[in-house]
Amino acid sequence: MGDTTGVHINNKAVTQNSYDAIVVGSGISGGWAAKELTEKGLRVLMLERGRPLEHVKDYKTAGNMPWDFPHRGRTTEKQRADYPVIHRGWAASEAVMEYWANEKDNPYVEKKPFTWWRSYQMGGRSLLWGRQSYRWSDLDFEANAKDGTGVDWPIRYKDIAPWYDYVEKFAGISGSREGLAHLPDGQFLPPMQLNVVEKDVAARIKDHYKGNRHLIIGRVANLTEAIPGRTACQFRNRCWEGCPYGGYFSTQSSTLPAAMATGKLTVRPYSLVTQVLYDKDSKKATGVEVLDTETNQTYTFSSNIVFLCASALNSAWILMRSANGIWPGGLGSSSGELGHNVMDHHYNIGASGTVDGFEDMYVYGRRANGFYIPRFVNIGNDKRDYLRGFGYQGGAGRSNWRRDVAELAVGAALKDALTEPGGWSIGATGFGEILPYHENKISFSATVTDKWGLPVLEMDAELKENEFRMREDIKTELKAMFEAAGVKNVSTHDGGHAMGHGIHEMGTARMGREARTSVLNGNNQVWDARNVFVTDGACMTSSACQNPSLTYMALTARAADFAVSELKKGNI
Amino acid sequence: MERRELLKMIALATGSVFIGGELLLSGCKNSPALGGSTFSEDDIKFLDEVGETILPKTNTPGAKDAAIGSFMTLMVNDCYTPEDQKVFHAGIAQLNEACNKMHSKDFMSATAEQRASLLTSLDKEAREVASSKKKEEPNHYFTMMKQLTLFGFFTSKPGATEVLRHVAVPGKFDGAYPYKKGDRAWAE
Repeated sequence: MGDTTGVHINNKAVTQNSYDAIVVGSGISGGWAAKELTEKGLRVLMLERGRPLEHVKDYKTAGNMPWDFPHRGRTTEKQRADYPVIHRGWAASEAVMEYWANEKDNPYVEKKPFTWWRSYQMGGRSLLWGRQSYRWSDLDFEANAKDGTGVDWPIRYKDIAPWYDYVEKFAGISGSREGLAHLPDGQFLPPMQLNVVEKDVAARIKDHYKGNRHLIIGRVANLTEAIPGRTACQFRNRCWEGCPYGGYFSTQSSTLPAAMATGKLTVRPYSLVTQVLYDKDSKKATGVEVLDTETNQTYTFSSNIVFLCASALNSAWILMRSANGIWPGGLGSSSGELGHNVMDHHYNIGASGTVDGFEDMYVYGRRANGFYIPRFVNIGNDKRDYLRGFGYQGGAGRSNWRRDVAELAVGAALKDALTEPGGWSIGATGFGEILPYHENKISFSATVTDKWGLPVLEMDAELKENEFRMREDIKTELKAMFEAAGVKNVSTHDGGHAMGHGIHEMGTARMGREARTSVLNGNNQVWDARNVFVTDGACMTSSACQNPSLTYMALTARAADFAVSELKKGNI
Repeated sequence: MERRELLKMIALATGSVFIGGELLLSGCKNSPALGGSTFSEDDIKFLDEVGETILPKTNTPGAKDAAIGSFMTLMVNDCYTPEDQKVFHAGIAQLNEACNKMHSKDFMSATAEQRASLLTSLDKEAREVASSKKKEEPNHYFTMMKQLTLFGFFTSKPGATEVLRHVAVPGKFDGAYPYKKGDRAWAE
């Protein structure tokens, strides 16, 4: 078909219709799949529904000075009208609006409130992510089995540990070794520093809770030392505009260059995958169908393997539209679990207060990281009136010109006062585990379609009693900890949590031990199509409370290794 | 760690949330009714002087050096609700009227001292409104002018580099950096 496959193929690999593997999506998971599969010798087609976005060159604002932004970071009238969901929180900023998906072209239906922050472009949300990177442990992998929630994870920590090692070394994760069983140490670059107040609070918490609670520096995918092809973090704290130094892990800075270097990767942007093509005789996928979002033309591409890495909800959307002739609910729906068990992390809840003293101390540099307080509830002898747990993320700093100086109205004295930093304050927000509830689900809207006439998702998911009880505890425990550490004027806040707002959507095609209760097996293979792998957030069997992207990286690399080995054995 | 930005104090030195930015750090509102060029050159000069009274030139630049009048009108046009825009527009005349009442002079012909005493009394008035008003009741125009002055000035090039300190590429992080009274704060 040659030239009919489109003009956006952006490397030297030969344009064709047939590949060894197709990777759907170019975010964190898709980038890893492309890197691993090409490095193992496969010819790979990566399909991205959005526009191309080139490393450094297309980070249009990254070289701006703060005052170069006409609205100094705030968004305009038009942007607010065009991006109502993005404006539900901190995601709206003058610098990054082009990175968010067009909400008019890509609507969705909220049967229950659901905040869905999407980034449809090369690299997906890997450009915008928060970069916090924590391992899970068997506390997490065993949780469902132990408390009888959902289904058991088909893997344990030992299955994924070597893959955490592998992806951490490549991605570059900075962090401190703490020796905590439930938050395992990894292959870390040197940690960033806690600041002087955070160190003091950490010491007081450790002392007060007799070594059972810890305030540590965040483990973050920012380089504290240069690695080949990438410069160390420059502490500008403007990661999400795209880093011209390659200081943090993204598809563009990390996995894409590696995959491109093999000469075996073809990237096709503007390629919305509308279904996985399934052959009922061989019980395997034969490829995918693609809608070109620029030309509205439909293409098919064939491959031996398909990796779905389109984001949790969109990978489920693709499966729900696939093999409908055999299963009306889609490929993987024979379990009755496809599109169900939607999870996220609930947050927007925490505490803050002021810290006396340390007036002779300040910080230098803008650290794109904060502190982390790992989970301490429901561990060992600690028992709460809810299941699972939460961690906190926060930071301390001196206030600036934004603070109120009530006694000075106007004039030189006000200017002088605001020219100096104010006192220290500290704050944190909880990130809580959400249980997998079968009834928390996504389905196709009966009435709404997108710009291309395709059915859109209807979200029907909410927090329940376990999460609400946990939220109370998140507030209570943080206030108590801060007060025990000498923090003054501690106040708590609870902004409520719409599902999705944690940007950690998970669970819509869960892994499990049995085909009748899960969509994927322990190698991320769709039970009903062994050459289809789902390795993004859709695969998650529970949510734990740690930021999940590192686990997606490890699961993707592990599944890619398995897939190639099965392919070579002729098993798929 | 962008989420941590949630924790930033957004009270801005006015005792009120940032108008046109109640959704935390960002989120300007619409201005379909007004917008565009509804401010005159005289309005911009007037707002320059209001801003300069709030943050005057001393041995370092003042608000006028940051073209604060133009900045205020841009933000009001692009980021305020129609209701807030109305309050702001009317506020220009109201401020002038208040000046006549207090000093028997237009604001533009008042002395620097007279301007400062007027704005000090308006600041008090605006704080009282901010602390007692219901959420849906209008903001005081002086709250808007002061917020926009502080925001526009300290994020401007002269404000960030000559009044505060700005380092474009810090290159490292030091969490225990010595500070002595009088050292300037870092720009964001």
